[in-house]
Amino acid sequence: MKFIIAIIKPFKLDEVREALGAIGVAGMTVSEVKGFGRQKGQTEIYRGAEYSTNMLPKVKLEIAASDALAPQVVETIQQVASTESIGDGKIFVLDLVSTTRIRTGESGDNAL
Amino acid sequence: MIRKLICGAGATGAALFTATAAWAAEAVETVTESAGTPIAAATEVVEAAAAVPNPGNNAWMMTSTILVLMMILPGLALFYGGLTRSKNMLSTMTQIGGAAALAMLIWVMWGYSTAFGPEGNAFFAWGNLFLSAVTPDSTAATFSDEVISEYVFVSFQMTFAAITVALVLGSTVERLKFSAVMLFTAIWLTIVYFPIAHMVWAGGGFLFEMGALDFAGGTVVHINAGVSALVLAMILGKRVGYPHEPMPPHSLTLTMVGTGLLWVGWFGFNAGSELEADGIAGLAMINTFVATAAGALAWMLMERLSGHRGSALGFCSGVIAGLVAVTPAAGNSGPFGAIVLGILASVIAYFAVAKLKPKLGYDDALDVFGIHGVAGIVGAIGTGIVYQPGLGGPGDGSTPMGAQLVVQITAVAVAIVWAAVGTAIVAFIVKAVTGLRVTQEVEREGLDIGEHGERAYNL
Repeated sequence: MKFIIAIIKPFKLDEVREALGAIGVAGMTVSEVKGFGRQKGQTEIYRGAEYSTNMLPKVKLEIAASDALAPQVVETIQQVASTESIGDGKIFVLDLVSTTRIRTGESGDNAL
Repeated sequence: MIRKLICGAGATGAALFTATAAWAAEAVETVTESAGTPIAAATEVVEAAAAVPNPGNNAWMMTSTILVLMMILPGLALFYGGLTRSKNMLSTMTQIGGAAALAMLIWVMWGYSTAFGPEGNAFFAWGNLFLSAVTPDSTAATFSDEVISEYVFVSFQMTFAAITVALVLGSTVERLKFSAVMLFTAIWLTIVYFPIAHMVWAGGGFLFEMGALDFAGGTVVHINAGVSALVLAMILGKRVGYPHEPMPPHSLTLTMVGTGLLWVGWFGFNAGSELEADGIAGLAMINTFVATAAGALAWMLMERLSGHRGSALGFCSGVIAGLVAVTPAAGNSGPFGAIVLGILASVIAYFAVAKLKPKLGYDDALDVFGIHGVAGIVGAIGTGIVYQPGLGGPGDGSTPMGAQLVVQITAVAVAIVWAAVGTAIVAFIVKAVTGLRVTQEVEREGLDIGEHGERAYNL
């Protein structure tokens, strides 16, 4: 099992969710996050006081997937979330040690 | 706004009845006797008949009064609250509500008496503590030969005292203690607001007798609040982290909502200050539209010309600058004079806020001085110019522009000095009694939790 963390542009969320649904991803966790990478921050000005914000808003997806599905998930996110400009985000894949469904107590691939 | 009270009717029902009968008899007698001198007769008759307020005027003044209340809560509370950080949202709004509520109680105890009492000198009045001389039948004079019910006048003026002290608190948000706010409100109203209101608006008042034009309170409310806010903020000191830490507004949406409520409420403030629903109230109304619109766009234009983008907060700031500038001029200017005033005030306030404040380094947190003080001064002095009939103003031209300007500038100077000295005295008294600042831990954590035990947003 793999644990996939993807940081993407917020406006790409719906498109990515649809595409992942189509390849059989049954669930994911989404959070609004802030962070920085190569993309520059923004400058905000309030009554002449300038604040440069280094942190930009992004959306973080967390998806647990079987070993078989994981490469497809990564490929799908990469293709759908890309705008070919900096700030598109990153995808991290981690080995997932175990998964348990709380309702039934099932574990492993059955719990995904 | 004239406030010479025509009559305080008798205290008991019997006395009232007798008095009314006596007036009626007097009126008839006057008409008969002075038939040969029609003008004198008319005056006499009107004075006797004027004891009955016109319900239309009363209704408009009641409406205006609650419009001004709406400017305070929720208007000013949202306008200021949105500009603070989310950890100080409730504190900012509660301070405004608390100060306004205390101002209302003080107003009926000794405020109205000190500002508009029947006895008095050029600086204070007295003789009507606890509204002892006010009855449902007593009246207050308007600018013409009409009267309005005195309770309505008391209420209308009460909201002005309440909003002025609430305005001051914008410079001290995010660090001034709630207990200090309450004590400051009580003393500041007594030694700063009531005397200035008396001097400018009451018959016999120092600046009123000098002929100072202040239609709805440019001097009494805005210059007064702006200067007091500056002095209090300087004595209080800067917020922890200012100006190195970013302190962006937490919700410009709420600030925009507050701005809209202030603009709407300002029609009660300005057009209501005519004390009648007449043509001059109409003039004040159109001016409150167009000066504000001009101020809003002028501020955004200044942002563009300074190389930035026209912003929502710039729009809101320009709205307030325009409203403040047109306040003394509302019924004292033609619409195009008002537009020029709105633009000028907005441009000058922009420089005060965006350029002057960072250079001088004081922490007037929400720019009460930069906007209310500066635009108030521009408006008060400018009123002396746009009042002239040659420039489309409603003045009769009897006072030349130069002389009127001298009067206006004198009034502004008196208000500045009185407000600055008075506020400094109040601040040091409050500092000695309750202390001014919250502890640094409370300031870091936010005044919502530290001072009120609540959080604005439990998400």
